[in-house]
Amino acid sequence: MNFPLLLIVIFVFSQAAYWLGYKKAFFSAGEKGPVHLHSRPQYYGTLTVLWCVIPPLFILVAWSVFSETVLTGLALKTMSEYTGNLSPDEISLLKSDLRNIVSGRFIPPAADAALLEAADHYRHMRDIGRQGLSALALASMILGTIIVLVRIRPGMRARNHVEKMISITLITCSTIAIFTTVGIVLSVLFESILFFQQVPVTEFLFGLKWSPQMAIRADQVAASGSFGAVPVFAGTVMISTIAMLVAAPLGLMSAIYLSDYADRKFRAAVKPLLEILAGVPTVVYGFFAALTVAPVIRQFGESLGLSVSSESALAAGLVMGIMIIPFVMSISDDVINAVPQALRDGSYALGATKSETIKKVIIPAALPGIVGGMLLAVSRAIGETMIVVMAAGLSANLTANPLQAVTTVTVQIVTLLVGDQEFDSPKTLAAFALGLLLFVVTLILNIIALYIVRKYREQYE
Amino acid sequence: MPIAGDSRKDALPMQDVEPSAPSSVRTIDIINRRLNKRYRAEKRFKRLGLAAILSSLLFLGLLFTSIVSQGYSAFVQTYILLDIHFSRDAFDVSNLAGADYNGLIRKSLQSLFPEVRDRQEKRMLNGLVSSGAPFQIQKMVMSDTSMIGSTRSVWVPADDDVDMLMKGRIDRSAPEAERRLKDVQLGWIDGLRGDLRLKKKFNRIFFTSGDSREPELAGILGATMGSMYTLIVTLLLSFPVGVASAIYLEEFAPRNKWVDLIEVNINNLAAVPSIVFGLLGLAVFLNFFGLPRSAPLVGGLVLTLMTLPTIIIASRVSIQSVPPSIREAALGVGASKMQTVFHHVMPLAIPGMLTGTIIGMARALGESAPLLMIGMVAFIVDPPGGILEPATVLPVQIYLWADSPERAFVERTSAAIIVLLAFLMVMNAAAVFLRSRFERRW
Repeated sequence: MNFPLLLIVIFVFSQAAYWLGYKKAFFSAGEKGPVHLHSRPQYYGTLTVLWCVIPPLFILVAWSVFSETVLTGLALKTMSEYTGNLSPDEISLLKSDLRNIVSGRFIPPAADAALLEAADHYRHMRDIGRQGLSALALASMILGTIIVLVRIRPGMRARNHVEKMISITLITCSTIAIFTTVGIVLSVLFESILFFQQVPVTEFLFGLKWSPQMAIRADQVAASGSFGAVPVFAGTVMISTIAMLVAAPLGLMSAIYLSDYADRKFRAAVKPLLEILAGVPTVVYGFFAALTVAPVIRQFGESLGLSVSSESALAAGLVMGIMIIPFVMSISDDVINAVPQALRDGSYALGATKSETIKKVIIPAALPGIVGGMLLAVSRAIGETMIVVMAAGLSANLTANPLQAVTTVTVQIVTLLVGDQEFDSPKTLAAFALGLLLFVVTLILNIIALYIVRKYREQYE
Repeated sequence: MPIAGDSRKDALPMQDVEPSAPSSVRTIDIINRRLNKRYRAEKRFKRLGLAAILSSLLFLGLLFTSIVSQGYSAFVQTYILLDIHFSRDAFDVSNLAGADYNGLIRKSLQSLFPEVRDRQEKRMLNGLVSSGAPFQIQKMVMSDTSMIGSTRSVWVPADDDVDMLMKGRIDRSAPEAERRLKDVQLGWIDGLRGDLRLKKKFNRIFFTSGDSREPELAGILGATMGSMYTLIVTLLLSFPVGVASAIYLEEFAPRNKWVDLIEVNINNLAAVPSIVFGLLGLAVFLNFFGLPRSAPLVGGLVLTLMTLPTIIIASRVSIQSVPPSIREAALGVGASKMQTVFHHVMPLAIPGMLTGTIIGMARALGESAPLLMIGMVAFIVDPPGGILEPATVLPVQIYLWADSPERAFVERTSAAIIVLLAFLMVMNAAAVFLRSRFERRW
């Protein structure tokens, strides 16, 4: 029985199981009627369905996760006289050949009779396994249903059982956030440790030369591979600084104007428009930066007699700043609105104008919140990828000139990992080391920012 | 008497009337002068705020006009009308795919311009027609074999250079050596145009085909399908899981360290750079679990982890906004905690949850960085047929085309962006509609 058919059978049977459980509950209540049941009859039905569906689904999931490994192992055993003296690499090659033959994608030219035989064995075992699986799944389904049906009594606490199961599901779902964080930390940490075994941490953090191209031949020129990441950090800092120089004043001033000066109509019209800027995908900004902004900056710079790289840090930073404006604006807006009205009223009562109130009362009062918001914006700028991949360069220049091309952490991660990867080369592992650094830096920024913002809120609550 | 603008004095104008002021200057004059100055500062500040908003709006306008002005022309495409004679001896009925369709096109071009004899000129003449034209003819013949032996007029796509010329994106006055089209070719094109054999028609290819190295044959169908599959996986996983976590955290979770840890994690994940999720996908889903590269399933998994915080936070806000009186009433008539939540709180909170989910989906649709990490950046011609087949998504397609050197890909990239933005607008409009229609204020 194939997979979809099995699922359909389970589904149809579960409907029947619901009806059976429902009826059994009525039946068990006897003449006294359903009022004497512990739970409403639907709960007896639902409980039957749960016990009918969960065991076979569990078996199916386990099969699809483990079957390939087990079957490949069994098939390779049949040709053990060949595999006995092979290296692990050759065995993994053999395994992928085997899988290709079995799936019928293509038959490797080097396939010999033993391999084909092993593939036949694999298919045979798989067919047996699938039949056994279907039988097992259906048996567990029927067994589970019968066990519940037999145990249904008027006093059975069906609702509590069902609610317990739902509650377990809810808890499991909410722990996924923790598993995601753990997964991120483990995946970047594990590969980074491998990287730092080959390249010393001090060289990575303080080295001034970044050229991750590794020599393919031993005697190759100019491909020694050096992993000093300072130029990459410098580029990231420069582009983020340019972005913040654009976004911070524009975002803050827009928020101030909208919250304190604009009338309601203007606010209602302009705010959604500015929020569109936040909804535009970053790849669109990247395209805009590379094809519209960069040439304009270049022409302008050259008309002033400056030499401007076609992938200047200025273009990428400028466009990234535009992207962050609505983010800064909405955070500043929240923070400014959280300042108690009494502070404003006090200032106005002393005769201060609006701008004086804003500059001398509201901004100082809101400063921690604004700083927190800016830190969040910085962490966004550091982690932004597509704009810099499309508009900033690849070459790691250590320069303070925003008209030159620089590279960033995210650009390097993308270039090192797109395409073929070998997980034993420092070139690939370097991307994970950069990823670790990016994760740690943004995490620290976020924690500080969230802490500041929360403290600030508490102050006025 | 100008008074230095010490900030403290500015704020408290009444205190700084200097006692030693000459009697000829009246206090009211000083105050008026200072008042004028302060009002000017006030106006300046207000204008600064307005300027900030206007320049942000200007950027928005620039972004959209530059994309629309570059991209609108990609929705039409130049076609050439050829009279193709499907002679009987060109076809072997048992092997229709093996016929020389290119030759048919060459012959038909030859009959239009019989004066072209030189080999190199012939090649330039054939270059006016897209290299995809033979496949179009082949498809026509294979779907209707009765046309063999007749002569039909067929509109075939022109080469991208011809298309660019027709759209005015190639400068005719440039020196011949710097131009993609030579003078002879321009002559032929003008001739075809005079005969009404060259026309711009709606670009169906753009919506019905996958990626291609030839701009005139490249379309977004493959990427759109890939985006759709990826989003379906994301939606099916992130909505139930996100809503379940939100319900647990809002309604059932005890206040302890464990729950605090979950909350801190969710808030932090919302701010983790998207590319880090790509690294996670590469290391865990591809290398550890051995899932296929470039598959929408993996893309969907990565985007699920990325959008979960958004959905959880929105759903929690939505649950919080349901007033406690609803819960108390339900508990009062004997409902269990679970019944209260699922029968009474959830129905009231669902519109808000859906709004949050749609906004999360819109973000996922525009996301590309993490998908680059898991190989959804490959050159894939055929639209994917399922969630395990190699695919790419719209934003990644835009990234790939933006990197292509051909002039004609610029307008296609912009057109793909227009399509992507249209999708996003529809989704956001749906969210706004849901919010205004169903969300209740208590």
